[in-house]
Amino acid sequence: MTLADLALQTRARISGFNAKTSAIETRLREIGFAEGDVVEILHVGLFGKSPLNIRLHDCASIAMRPSEAAMILVETTGVE
Amino acid sequence: MPQDAKPVRIALLGAPNCGKSSLFNALTGGRAKVANYPGVTVEYAKGFMVSAKGRKIELLDLPGVYGDCGHSADERVTIDAVRGNLDGEAAPDGIMVVMDASHIRTHLHNVLQAKNYGLPMVVVLNMMDMAARDGVEIDLVELEQELGVPVIACVAVRTAGREAITNFLTEWAEDISAKYVKIPKPVGDDLKSIQHTARAISTRTVITPHARDTSERFDDLFLHPVLGVVILAAIMFVMFQAVYAWSGPAMGLIEAGVGQFGALVGSVLADGWLKALLVDGIIAGVGAVIVFLPQILILFAFILALEASGYLARAAFLVDTLMAKVGLNGRAFIPLLSSFACAIPGIMASRTIENERDRLTTIMIAPLMTCSARWPIYFLLVGAFIPKTSVGIFNLQGLVMSWLVLAGIVFALLASFVFKRTLTKGATPPLLMELPSYKLPSLKIYLLGLWQRAVIFLNRAGRIILPASIIIWFLSTYPNNDGNVRSSFAGMIGRAIEPVLAPIGFNLEMSIALIPAMAAREVAVSTLAIVYNVADSDALGVAVAAGWSIPMGLSFLVWFIFAPSCLATLAITRRETNSWKWPIIMFVYLFVLSYVASGIVFWAAQAFGL
Repeated sequence: MTLADLALQTRARISGFNAKTSAIETRLREIGFAEGDVVEILHVGLFGKSPLNIRLHDCASIAMRPSEAAMILVETTGVE
Repeated sequence: MPQDAKPVRIALLGAPNCGKSSLFNALTGGRAKVANYPGVTVEYAKGFMVSAKGRKIELLDLPGVYGDCGHSADERVTIDAVRGNLDGEAAPDGIMVVMDASHIRTHLHNVLQAKNYGLPMVVVLNMMDMAARDGVEIDLVELEQELGVPVIACVAVRTAGREAITNFLTEWAEDISAKYVKIPKPVGDDLKSIQHTARAISTRTVITPHARDTSERFDDLFLHPVLGVVILAAIMFVMFQAVYAWSGPAMGLIEAGVGQFGALVGSVLADGWLKALLVDGIIAGVGAVIVFLPQILILFAFILALEASGYLARAAFLVDTLMAKVGLNGRAFIPLLSSFACAIPGIMASRTIENERDRLTTIMIAPLMTCSARWPIYFLLVGAFIPKTSVGIFNLQGLVMSWLVLAGIVFALLASFVFKRTLTKGATPPLLMELPSYKLPSLKIYLLGLWQRAVIFLNRAGRIILPASIIIWFLSTYPNNDGNVRSSFAGMIGRAIEPVLAPIGFNLEMSIALIPAMAAREVAVSTLAIVYNVADSDALGVAVAAGWSIPMGLSFLVWFIFAPSCLATLAITRRETNSWKWPIIMFVYLFVLSYVASGIVFWAAQAFGL
């Protein structure tokens, strides 16, 4: 599944990227996303479940749209 | 070392909003703009400090970067600066990598990548107080060992919190090239493996609590899908209401001061051209604008508080869906917001947008944000034509002000919608924005910011409005000097353009006022004060209300929502787009919009019998 499919306030671990271009993957990595990091959707906007406020590994809050979140692959198993 | 030796040059590198500019200002006494959102700094700034041992140190403040790729124009400035590729600037002697102590895990790769620049390096962990507040524990000794470069903990905005840095810089400046400093080993350029190393280091050296921190709890309220929007609207309304409700006494004071000063000058000088120039030209012209200083300051008191607290990025979050609908980049919000002060910093701030077409779209709509130079015009006309009644709990004048600002925003969105389907066609760009932690602004920095706004406003009064007032007084007085504007030079110019503007309700005085408004919008107010030959802004309000019908007043008011950009805006657009095409398009589309909108409002108001 991708970060965009994750239910609100459920913790998951990043397993990889599925970005359209390597430039976008670089962007996502640079702002702080990496394999193994724990992510959680904390808040969503009023319309069309966009944008998302992602809590990244207990330290950063990052705003993105579902279209970007869909480029981040996550799994929920084994995340406390 | 002698004092006049070449200074040691140190570049400040780090992620956006980690506090580089705050540190830069604190160390050099500089005045770089600081605020709590990513992307405030878009150009490099230089400043100097002298070490305890008398060595001169040059600090280079750079736009924030998340890595070493240089995706956008502002990031490329940073990468070029540390690589020594900036025009006229040699590479720095050392790099000070600044990192938000709460964000070690997500930003550490940036520090590792900086090792690749092959320069002496030191890491500064900033905002240690915030990290402590949120229960983050950092093993500094271990971190220093793992990174292989010195690590200093600091709180940039506090003198005591900077001591370790100034001490370190003193030692560093003595001999940056040799024994004391070792150049770190490069780490390669595979971001994925650098990230892997960075994560391993941070796992060993940093403990971050799982519990939600204060900022996240605030966001439960401010980013609430419904309440968040209600709060944003409420803040905007309170802001505009306050501008009206609180400014009265201070304005009265300035007005009385200007009036008395004019009377004093008038009483000591003999009648003649000099007295007329001073009293009817300069004092009336400049006085008509500086009376709005209290309102400008109240407005900025709100804007600066919103900027410093970290709320602005939340506002960007809340309006993002709307921005996406018109094809705007989520990051466009920040440049557009800067444009409320002035379109020029706003247009420059658009450098943070990677995609060229999106950057152009943002530049083109920036002038539709109500810049502070337009406020005096709004204040004058709203004061003259909108009754001081209350609508429920709201003051009608304050409501109309917020509508005017809102109208600018709505038309900016519409303009973007059209641009993105025509001249700057392209897909809706991604949103990727770090939301900063909420902070209580430092009172000193906050007041300094407010002071700077006052200085900018008064400076404009001196540098632009004063000379403009002299020219306008001359043009509106001569050649006949018979007290009739119609037969003056200004009148001749006005009569030449009046036929074009008459259909949308502009009379001669209004037509005249439009021309100097091209230099600076608020000069329109000075011009009206001079051509109506009034002493203060109260009298100007009365003269305008008496001379113009309500449809005329509304038409003029609406003109300034769009007000074809001032020359400085067109010049900066020319520079930032590197072509004449975009400033010309900007001028033409804004002119057409103002003409049509003013016309519609004029005719509609007449039809309703106002």
